[in-house]
Amino acid sequence: MTAGHGARRPRASGRPPWALVPPAALTLGFLVLPFVALLQRAPWSSLRELLSAPLVTEALRLSLVSALAATGLSLVGGVPLAWMLARTDFPGRSLVRGLVLLPMVLPPVVGGAALLFAFGRRGLVGGPVYDGTGFLLPFSLWGVIAANTFVALPFLVVTVEAGLRSADRRYEDAAATLGAGRWMIFRQVTLPMVLPSIVAGAVLCWARALGEFGATVTFAGNLQGRTQTMPLAVFLALESDRGAAIALSLVLVAVSLAVLVPLRDRWLAA
Amino acid sequence: MLRADITLRLGDLDLDAAVEVADGEVVALLGPNGAGKTTVLRCIAGLQAVDAGRIEIDGRVLDDPAAGTFVPTAERPIGVVFQDHLLFPRLTALDNVAFGLRARGVPKAQARADAAGWLARVGLAEVAGAKPRALSGGQSQRVALTRALATEPRVLLLDEPLAALDARSRVHVRAELRRHLATFAGARLLVTHDPVDALVLADRLVVIETGRVTQRGTTAEVARRPRSRYVAELVGLNLLHGTAAGEHTVRLASGAELTVADPLPGHEVAVAVRPQAVTLHRRPPEGSARNAWPAVVVDLEADHDRVRVQLTERAQGGTDGASLSAIVAEVTPASVAELGLAPGTEVWATVKAVDLAVYER
Repeated sequence: MTAGHGARRPRASGRPPWALVPPAALTLGFLVLPFVALLQRAPWSSLRELLSAPLVTEALRLSLVSALAATGLSLVGGVPLAWMLARTDFPGRSLVRGLVLLPMVLPPVVGGAALLFAFGRRGLVGGPVYDGTGFLLPFSLWGVIAANTFVALPFLVVTVEAGLRSADRRYEDAAATLGAGRWMIFRQVTLPMVLPSIVAGAVLCWARALGEFGATVTFAGNLQGRTQTMPLAVFLALESDRGAAIALSLVLVAVSLAVLVPLRDRWLAA
Repeated sequence: MLRADITLRLGDLDLDAAVEVADGEVVALLGPNGAGKTTVLRCIAGLQAVDAGRIEIDGRVLDDPAAGTFVPTAERPIGVVFQDHLLFPRLTALDNVAFGLRARGVPKAQARADAAGWLARVGLAEVAGAKPRALSGGQSQRVALTRALATEPRVLLLDEPLAALDARSRVHVRAELRRHLATFAGARLLVTHDPVDALVLADRLVVIETGRVTQRGTTAEVARRPRSRYVAELVGLNLLHGTAAGEHTVRLASGAELTVADPLPGHEVAVAVRPQAVTLHRRPPEGSARNAWPAVVVDLEADHDRVRVQLTERAQGGTDGASLSAIVAEVTPASVAELGLAPGTEVWATVKAVDLAVYER
């Protein structure tokens, strides 16, 4: 990074080769046009009324709560997993890394079905738990959170693992020579060093969870007020009430932009 | 008292070196990049386990694979000043110094008070609240040293402590480091590739090249009688290897013979020559009182008002394939012009017998 006084001057490297401009503009148009269309079709006159309907407010609340909870769970479980993948060497590590990434590439519906087989009423783990305690994960808010976590967790693990791998480990050596044990080194040296990766991973994870559809609808169902998140509500409304669907979509766009734009420059651009 | 006897294979490095540092002594581990200096330091710090050998401080064994002993880094009585200093970027200078005390279970308030005392002693009280990036190179170096000393180690290890500094602040910081090193009573081991750091800061040198110790001794001894081309070049001397061919005669690999003033100390000998003592001629010099041998100019390099002429020996007779000595002559620009020196020019190099320092290899 050069000194501040040079930052404002135009640099030769900042001017694009002309060949890049048309495809860049075309791509931007392709990304933005659907949102313009959404705005154009928005029922502006009845928007206020649509947005205050319980269908919308409940879905919004469920979406925010479940995405946030999934992010929290991913942080608690994903950071240690990322550390294990980045720092320890155990047989079958590349297989484990592949398994962690699987939910990223698998169709979410398949993930939802797999979750049912594991945690459903007659699932591998869900069956015994239900017989013993009567607790059922699917078709509840907990089910929504589980589906969101399952699909979004890999984004956090991948980002944090990359951060751990690129972190300068000599600082950890320095801490050890000062007498710090492994836990103190992790808490006071490693975590602060990879904080930008953790924040970036958490934002990606949250964004993925917010838009989750397939796994949620398969594993948690589509019960208004209990498991119906924004994407599910939009999908349902498209069939019956196009105005409501557009209104819901606008809310999702607004919420996403409100979170991503301020964070992008600070944490994601590195 | 630090004793380290290290055998280790690590990638391309094949390390087999022993170092001893007494209390109150500063020893510099000097060597070219990749020689294994930093690895020696990492082994002593416990950041790298040895394959074989033994590391002990004050008689306590820290690493001995044969006995199954390995004391982890955090439990070794050492302080390390790293290259680039490695101050924790998110902590203030004060909290960097307090870190080691906190790691030893000193309560936070007490650790900070002690750290403030340490910083005040080295004249850094005013930057206690500053983050590392706001410190100058010299300040950052002093904070790193203070951080290492605050845990009151028995041995202080310094890895290229001046390498992160620009040339201008280096001179000043080197003098400062010398002063602050003197306040520590334990053993001090300094790793460096810079002969000036080694000469200024150390009492004794251990020279390490491609994983082996090639020379050890006081700085004056090593500077006067280099045993390897690397050391000779560092201290600006030419080094010729040869064998005894008479009480005062050394035969070089090329077949050329040199007459020295002192009697030869053994059969395999090294001869050191200052570049200024070498004179060059286009024809074989007359008279036999002087040493003369044929050479070829490899390169010329201007250095202020002198020109350094890189030479290799020309073989006489049938010594093809023998490794011939490269030497440097330092002459005036006027003689370069007069002799018409250019790469490839064949010359005769001469040196007076009294200018040849001869010693056992």
